Amino acid sequence: MSAQIAPPGTGQERKELDRVVIRFAGDSGDGMQMTGDRFTSVSAFLGNDLSTLPDFPAEIRAPAGTLAGVSAFQIHFSDHDILTPGDQPGVLVAMNPAALKANLKDLLPGGLLIVNEDAFDKRNLEKVGYTTNPLDGGSLEGFQVTRIHMTKMTIAAVKDSTLNKKEAERSKNMLALGVICWMYGRPLEPTIAWLEKKFSKKPEIANATIAALKAGHAFGETAELAAYSVKPATLAPGTYRRITGNQAIAFGLIAASVQSKVPLLLGSYPITPASDILHELSRYKNFGVRTIQAEDEIAAISMAIGASFSGHLGVTTTSGPGLDLKSEALGLAVSLELPLLVIDIQRGGPSTGLPTKTEQSDLLHAMYGRHGESPLPIVASYSPPSCFWAAIEGARLALKYMTPVIILSDGYLANGAEPWRIPAVEKLPEIPVRFASQPNVGEDFWPYLRDETTLARPWAIPGTPGLEHRIGGLEKADGSGNISYDPDNHNLMTLLRQAKIKAIEEDIDPLEWDGDDDARVLVLGWGSTYGAIGAACRRLRLRGLKVARAHLKHLNPFPKNTGELLSRFDEVIIPEMNMGQLSKLIRAEFLIDVISINQVKGLPFRAGDLEAEIEEHL
Amino acid sequence: MSELGQPEDPTIERGITEGPGGVSTLTRQDFMSDQEVRWCAGCGDYAILAAVQSVLPGLGIPREKFVFVSGIGCSSRFPYYMNTYGIHSIHGRAPAFATGIATARPDLNVWVVTGDGDGLSIGGNHLIHALRRNVNLKILLFNNQIYGLTKGQYSPTSERGKVTKSTPFGSLETPFNPVSLALAAEATFVARTYDVERKHLPEILRRAAAHRGSAFIEIYQNCNIFNDGAFVALTGKGRSGNRVYLEHGKPIVFGPDNSKGVRMKKDGALEVVNVADAGLDQIMVHDEHHESQSLAYALSRLSSGPTMPTPLGVFREVEKPVYGDGIERQLRMAAEQQGPGDLSKLLNSGDTWTVD
Repeated sequence: MSAQIAPPGTGQERKELDRVVIRFAGDSGDGMQMTGDRFTSVSAFLGNDLSTLPDFPAEIRAPAGTLAGVSAFQIHFSDHDILTPGDQPGVLVAMNPAALKANLKDLLPGGLLIVNEDAFDKRNLEKVGYTTNPLDGGSLEGFQVTRIHMTKMTIAAVKDSTLNKKEAERSKNMLALGVICWMYGRPLEPTIAWLEKKFSKKPEIANATIAALKAGHAFGETAELAAYSVKPATLAPGTYRRITGNQAIAFGLIAASVQSKVPLLLGSYPITPASDILHELSRYKNFGVRTIQAEDEIAAISMAIGASFSGHLGVTTTSGPGLDLKSEALGLAVSLELPLLVIDIQRGGPSTGLPTKTEQSDLLHAMYGRHGESPLPIVASYSPPSCFWAAIEGARLALKYMTPVIILSDGYLANGAEPWRIPAVEKLPEIPVRFASQPNVGEDFWPYLRDETTLARPWAIPGTPGLEHRIGGLEKADGSGNISYDPDNHNLMTLLRQAKIKAIEEDIDPLEWDGDDDARVLVLGWGSTYGAIGAACRRLRLRGLKVARAHLKHLNPFPKNTGELLSRFDEVIIPEMNMGQLSKLIRAEFLIDVISINQVKGLPFRAGDLEAEIEEHL
Repeated sequence: MSELGQPEDPTIERGITEGPGGVSTLTRQDFMSDQEVRWCAGCGDYAILAAVQSVLPGLGIPREKFVFVSGIGCSSRFPYYMNTYGIHSIHGRAPAFATGIATARPDLNVWVVTGDGDGLSIGGNHLIHALRRNVNLKILLFNNQIYGLTKGQYSPTSERGKVTKSTPFGSLETPFNPVSLALAAEATFVARTYDVERKHLPEILRRAAAHRGSAFIEIYQNCNIFNDGAFVALTGKGRSGNRVYLEHGKPIVFGPDNSKGVRMKKDGALEVVNVADAGLDQIMVHDEHHESQSLAYALSRLSSGPTMPTPLGVFREVEKPVYGDGIERQLRMAAEQQGPGDLSKLLNSGDTWTVD
């Protein structure tokens, strides 16, 4: 990490770094997410590898200047492939005392601290309990502090506009961005073009933000601030774009619809951090995507199931509290054996918990959160781009096996962005779907007469003459689907539903692992810990320690080789952002006494922390 | 997938097919499933089932286009007895399932069967939102003012003071008036009828079927096991005096020789008067299509229960934009303006860069 801290070069001769972690921090209203997003965009444009971590409060506008209102955006960018948004920033941009107080503890010793000193007035200092101005005392001696009059300079830069002082001040985030762009050798043009487009109907704002951006850049140059460069990363050849997890899920769903030729209907109720999938899908009506903002979570899944009954791919998106509410309808979908995708963007719980923070604590809920024996496949994404794969894979399983599927993502994957090598459409998997068109027992149609291979029942959709049938939540007779209270039939149907899901293990990729052949310890993960575990293991191996790692993308059923692979190692360590939910499943399924590493802070693991914890067991 | 995102299947035709070959020959038997009907002997549900099965063949719609959706309760077994497509779903949620079906497939004719507990208690939210959206659904609410399938607890339409298993000292709750509720929820078609009305019930069903948008029918239905005779003061033999039949454009009169009439008081409330005393010109003329639902609402408040003069028939029928039609229009417009979806173009949208 110390590689981030280096003696700076000058504008003429920039000091080259292999990677940098910058955190932008300010008030919720300061536009830190937009600032970070723009810096990310321009870094992607330059060809850096990158990973981002937006971290913002649940309140839309907490009282200005308070610790509760601090919003931050961290970006890790590099000249090589990286796996995480970085443990600790080497650069902290603090727009006010609250942002400084909330984030200083994370800044690397010797790191660059860039502050808006105009915001360090008596009132703002008092709001966060500073009795003296930390910029003046010796408390920041361990850092390289750059004080900038961001507010005053912004007002001066936009003095020719008709904006009043308060409106003018709002462009100070662009001034900060201009400064950072100069320091790291990023061009302004992409940001200027973006601002012109975004504020095309408000030219005054467009002009003000661009003026502030340029003023920041010019200040960096004139004041001869530290100047660095980070070369492009050597990524695999192809066309790239930046993508967040939620955007990738939306694209994946549309791709699944195109590949299967089954139209998509999303029923969704707004909930953080899943709402962006609803927003995104609502835009693509030219793909035949129907979206309904339902009256509640239960209606949302019910509408999706109704659509699936009618021959569409029904999808519902939610987060923990919504998954609770959907449980009964999800059980019905298991009983109806209809294709359905339930996408759960996990967040801190229980109850309302931490709406904007990440966690992996819905795994057992996804597995067991329904009454009765109610098995269904679970697929988990593990990086923002992999959400695209997870949506397609979930749809493939749902349509092929006529079953609801839960896709688990989380708040970090949902909002975090990474470069994504755009796949060629021709290389996407085919998802063949055939609707029933003929009676299957003489002149009758039996809705529960299963395919011998997949155990899937036929999908006969309304409008098909001669296949009229009724299905419901009451237990059905094997084959005919008529109501049946027969004890042996219930036993048989329970076994069939279980066998159908279990057999999917034959149809999914085996669990892969990498690392040292003679490693005695395997680190097993699932979901968004992928990057942190990968980075921790990489560091351990660079230090000559032996370790192996594997990452589960299917949580139910597990890949067929899971038990065999785990038993090859003396120790299996499972880091999770919960209290050990995968550990419980692995112990129960394979009788392997795994070691759990648990963290529930609403933030991803730091690779450095994992490195230390794993090392204790090597 | 077709341009508008309909399932691509030869068996699916878009749009409502009016009377193709064979349809006109459909009979009541064609809509009877092979399942044994398992309601209690004497239940009002039998009459409603028979009425629906007798009305559907005459609508000129192919059988495979009908979908019956229900929740949980005695009435919700209804789909099993219809030889159409159907879902027996979960408690209270039928309007939401039906919304999904009707939105995905505007070519289908979707009916919801629910009860006073299913539709007004556990599922009240879905009912009002389906009505508000004006989804193309026909909603039949069987109101027997009791929970039957759970064996006799009071329901949200049970009268105050009702003694049931769960209210041994009498219910303390004010009941819902389903017609008032539907009107307040912006329903575009609201009607009331009762189970054993051999002519009126089928006629109201036909009117609902012809309405595009949400059609809500409250059907008074006798539960002869747990709440027998709840409507006898209205529906019993020789008790026609309480039945106020609504007819569009006609004065609202009822009783022996239409001697009673409904008049609006100065405060806007309605009252029952002797037509002879008040004069026919003072009697309210029924207007189903009035822009405001205020008059229909006032009519719905005429009685607080079936023991008083109770309006039957169509309270309100107005044309409003239908939810599914609006969705189809947006899909069509998007395809016209942006061109049909191009996946490669979508994935490559936004800022991209190439690594050689």
